[in-house]
Amino acid sequence: MIKYDVVTTISYPKKGAMGKTGGWRAFKPILDKEKCVRCLRCWIFCPEGAIIRKEDDSVEIDYDYCKGCGICANECRVKAISMVREESK
Amino acid sequence: MRIVVDTGNHIAAKAVQMARVDVVAAYPITPQTTIVERIAEYVEKGEFHGDYICVESEHSAMSACIGASAVGARTFTATSSHGLLLMHEMLHWAALARLPIVMANVNRAIGPGWNIWSDQNDSISQRDTGWIQFYCSSNQEIFDTIIQAFKLGEHEKVQLPVMVNYDGFILSHTSLPVKIPEQEEIDEFLPKRKIKWKLDINNPITHGNIIMPNDYPKIRRAMQEAHENAHGIIKEISREWEERFGIYHGELLELYKCDDVDYVLLSMGALGAESKVAVDEMRKKGRKIGLARVRVLRPFPKKEVIELARHSDLIVIDRNISVGMEGALFTEIKASLYGEVDAKVYGYIAGLGGKDVTFKDISKMCERVMDGKYGGYMIFDVEG
Repeated sequence: MIKYDVVTTISYPKKGAMGKTGGWRAFKPILDKEKCVRCLRCWIFCPEGAIIRKEDDSVEIDYDYCKGCGICANECRVKAISMVREESK
Repeated sequence: MRIVVDTGNHIAAKAVQMARVDVVAAYPITPQTTIVERIAEYVEKGEFHGDYICVESEHSAMSACIGASAVGARTFTATSSHGLLLMHEMLHWAALARLPIVMANVNRAIGPGWNIWSDQNDSISQRDTGWIQFYCSSNQEIFDTIIQAFKLGEHEKVQLPVMVNYDGFILSHTSLPVKIPEQEEIDEFLPKRKIKWKLDINNPITHGNIIMPNDYPKIRRAMQEAHENAHGIIKEISREWEERFGIYHGELLELYKCDDVDYVLLSMGALGAESKVAVDEMRKKGRKIGLARVRVLRPFPKKEVIELARHSDLIVIDRNISVGMEGALFTEIKASLYGEVDAKVYGYIAGLGGKDVTFKDISKMCERVMDGKYGGYMIFDVEG
């Protein structure tokens, strides 16, 4: 990876600069693998890269970094993802 | 080297072509329009190697320039007055992102009342955006400064956008002879842009993300240091230009007959050129006065102004007004001297909204001071 020698607001790709952001979640996406048709819309639309794509195009959700925005559930055409309120800790 | 007689705007367009600019994004506004029209003609004739992006506003023009510069393109735009004001947000953005965009701003008054004539309030009100600011006093200086601006902004110790200002109509639409070097000579002076950072799909980064209070001051300090570096590099570039092409417009200041004088007159832009005539006239009458034309407002030539004031009192003429205070140059010169030297500084505002200021007017202002008849800070000759 190239590191640039200039003082401006450049962010380099790395995992979890702000720590594990999964703790920010109010709603948790739950994937129903029976309904999933492996279209990968959730993987494309997730703004956080928190949908993990497997070799066979099935998906898993990375709960360490998923902030619970619900975009995946909204984009899913077969309603395989539902948003469930996180229990208070 | 050949001599071309043309308007300030056409000469600016020539400089952009010869600087081998990759991307121009601009929106027309009087009195800048003929710059971008001429560049469009170059594109149509196949005489321009870069891309020209037509946009729907000046805010978009600067945004497009930021995008182009961020992927590594040498980038130019031009505007005036209200167009510059509409860019304001993105001017800060370009400077904080450390992108060496060059812009010609043809100084024009701000409305209402609608006024298309020369006045520096447009660029003065962008002083704090982090851009380097030049003020030109001839078409030759417009050509030379635009080429130099790319070298300065792209310098590894600077990496800042540069605004090249000159007076609407007085220079933008007036034909004057200009020495134009050969393309190979320009290429030798101004090599291809070396990129300090860029948006690159092969090495992905994001730019402009959130930055916490502990880190934000570092970004500002780095910009301040870059302006301090630019102070020295402007001098180097001016001298290199003189060695290569035999043309010299001064460095941050252009000093004219400033040895052994009681008074030094300071002004910017075309008013600075007219001030030379006034100085010659006053010297014929035995007055001990010289001229320091301020070429660069940011970084401010603080050290140079202090040196002048060690030996003479200063008279400042501003073609702008920070309403509720003074002309910008007047305030900044006095601030530079504080605690350093005890010279007197006298000031006037003149030429707002294109009101003509002749060498006779300038002499009158200076003579009032020299004769002990300075009536206090004022806008000169409002009723006349």
